[in-house]
Amino acid sequence: MKLKPSLWAIVCSALLLSACGDTEDKDPSFLDGNQQSGIKDASTSGLNNGAGINGSAMGGSLPNGGGPANLGPEFSDPNNPLSKRIVYFMLDSSQVLQDFVPVVAAHAQYLIANPSQHVVLEGNSDERGSREYNIALGEKRAKSVAEMMKIQGVSESQISTVSYGEEKPAVSGNDESAWEQNRRVEITYQGQ
Amino acid sequence: MLLCGLHAPILFAALSIEITEGTESALPVAVVPFAADGAPVDISAIVNADLQRTGYFKMLDQQAMPARPVTMQEVNFKDWQAANQNYMVVGKVNGNGAQYDIQFQLLDVYKAGQLLGYRMTSSSNDLRRTAHHISDLIFEKLTGKKGAFSGRIAYITSSGGGHQLQVADADGFNPQTVASSTEPLMSPSWSPDGKRIAYVSFERKSAAIYIQVLANGQRERVAEFPGINGAPAWSPDGTRLALTLSKDGSPDIFVLNLASRALLKLTKGYSIDTEPSWSPDGRSIVFTSDKGGKPQLYLIPSQGGEEKRLTFSGAYNARGSFSPDGKYLAMVHGNGNDYRIGLMDMASRSINVLTSGPDDESPSFAPNGGMILYASKKGSTAFLSAVSIDGKMQQKLVFSSGEVREPAWSP
Repeated sequence: MKLKPSLWAIVCSALLLSACGDTEDKDPSFLDGNQQSGIKDASTSGLNNGAGINGSAMGGSLPNGGGPANLGPEFSDPNNPLSKRIVYFMLDSSQVLQDFVPVVAAHAQYLIANPSQHVVLEGNSDERGSREYNIALGEKRAKSVAEMMKIQGVSESQISTVSYGEEKPAVSGNDESAWEQNRRVEITYQGQ
Repeated sequence: MLLCGLHAPILFAALSIEITEGTESALPVAVVPFAADGAPVDISAIVNADLQRTGYFKMLDQQAMPARPVTMQEVNFKDWQAANQNYMVVGKVNGNGAQYDIQFQLLDVYKAGQLLGYRMTSSSNDLRRTAHHISDLIFEKLTGKKGAFSGRIAYITSSGGGHQLQVADADGFNPQTVASSTEPLMSPSWSPDGKRIAYVSFERKSAAIYIQVLANGQRERVAEFPGINGAPAWSPDGTRLALTLSKDGSPDIFVLNLASRALLKLTKGYSIDTEPSWSPDGRSIVFTSDKGGKPQLYLIPSQGGEEKRLTFSGAYNARGSFSPDGKYLAMVHGNGNDYRIGLMDMASRSINVLTSGPDDESPSFAPNGGMILYASKKGSTAFLSAVSIDGKMQQKLVFSSGEVREPAWSP
């Protein structure tokens, strides 16, 4: 299936972005190890009728360990498929499009060669329809990429999947362009 | 639908309400400002706003009132008949700062008599609740239906780079954050006693289901299996939580016994089965499944058994939610790019489309069964709306704090 011109534009601009270095705050491997989001970032409060609210910060630990992944320069080389970290999908589909097969293959090869590396495949959907169904759609997409990697020989222990459904859009908007860019799986590396 | 009763938005602390459609047969009612010596809360203003918000009544502006009577004795009914009012409310509030005495009378203008009269006491903290209770009494007397003014709503909002689960009064007042995270929060579900909320949180970087006690904020993580942990739904008897888990390979409906923590698996197979919701008698669970290709609604006995497909019209039907009396099922009803709230009459199985889309979701019934709260989007703004079950009355609730979604009306 040929990729639409608009999606090619996205792929190319994604390459340009990664060429700039560590500006992708979605990819924790480029962040300083002290800046991980999610730990100690939840708090709860008792409900009362007007008196002060006391929250307790909930500590949390990352189930996947979480130091920076120490990725090499090939990950920011625009000529290298490893610099592409997002796989896009057609509406209602979890099939990896032909144009992204080489991207998945490149990451699979890398993982096979580097058994200490671990990826989290984050599945997403566009905003239309109900939220929990969209969580399930996102998971299907993440698993689709995972299966492709495993078939190529990547060990199951190096792959985790998570789905954010429509909860973490890459682009806001209610049009075809936004929807296309949100139907995606993000390949994010985490160290052991 | 005629655009009757289009009012200017009424601005409250956190909530601005626009009544976008009203019913032609809105009853003219006058709530005369109560005589109140410096009470911290304007009770009659709250009653006026509550009644106006239902779309059932056409409330008289204060400037148009011929007089300001406080008791029925002071009312010259001819003046109010001339002002074309069917009903009026008069009252007074006396208090000392800690404790207040409130008196009100609901009067039939043409019959020149009292329909309701109450005297009540309230602490200073409870004045808003008392006002909502007065609205409930008036509403029930005039319509024969139970009011929904005294409840609360839970919803998810995003601001400041994070997400919050908030609980507010049914009129949007007193919003309080009960959980917050930089990671997404989803799917709030009230326990039947209104004391706890179950919800999904991604704070540990993957989905988990929590049950939180509202009074003190304490909570317990009840499901964190590999894969999806989602769509918690409390059973009507409060003993079980239906939920979606994909730990066995694909998303399926499970029922978690909260006492024993035993898990009962209701669905199996390769399709996506999610978004469980209980029938009011607790015997069945409606859920979304795409086993037929696209999402449709199915019903299964809550103890397990055979699934029955419920929806056959429309390309996409998801997120079913039963009315409190079990007679109706609200859902997200979609066709291509257009998603609206549909209401199925369970007797005839026909679906009535209640809203205008294009991206309406998360329907939640008011406990009196008369209105459905749901989430909407216009451009990039997300807000809550309410629609009556006959589709005739629409209200848009806009929270000033930003994007609002996934409402859940307390039982």
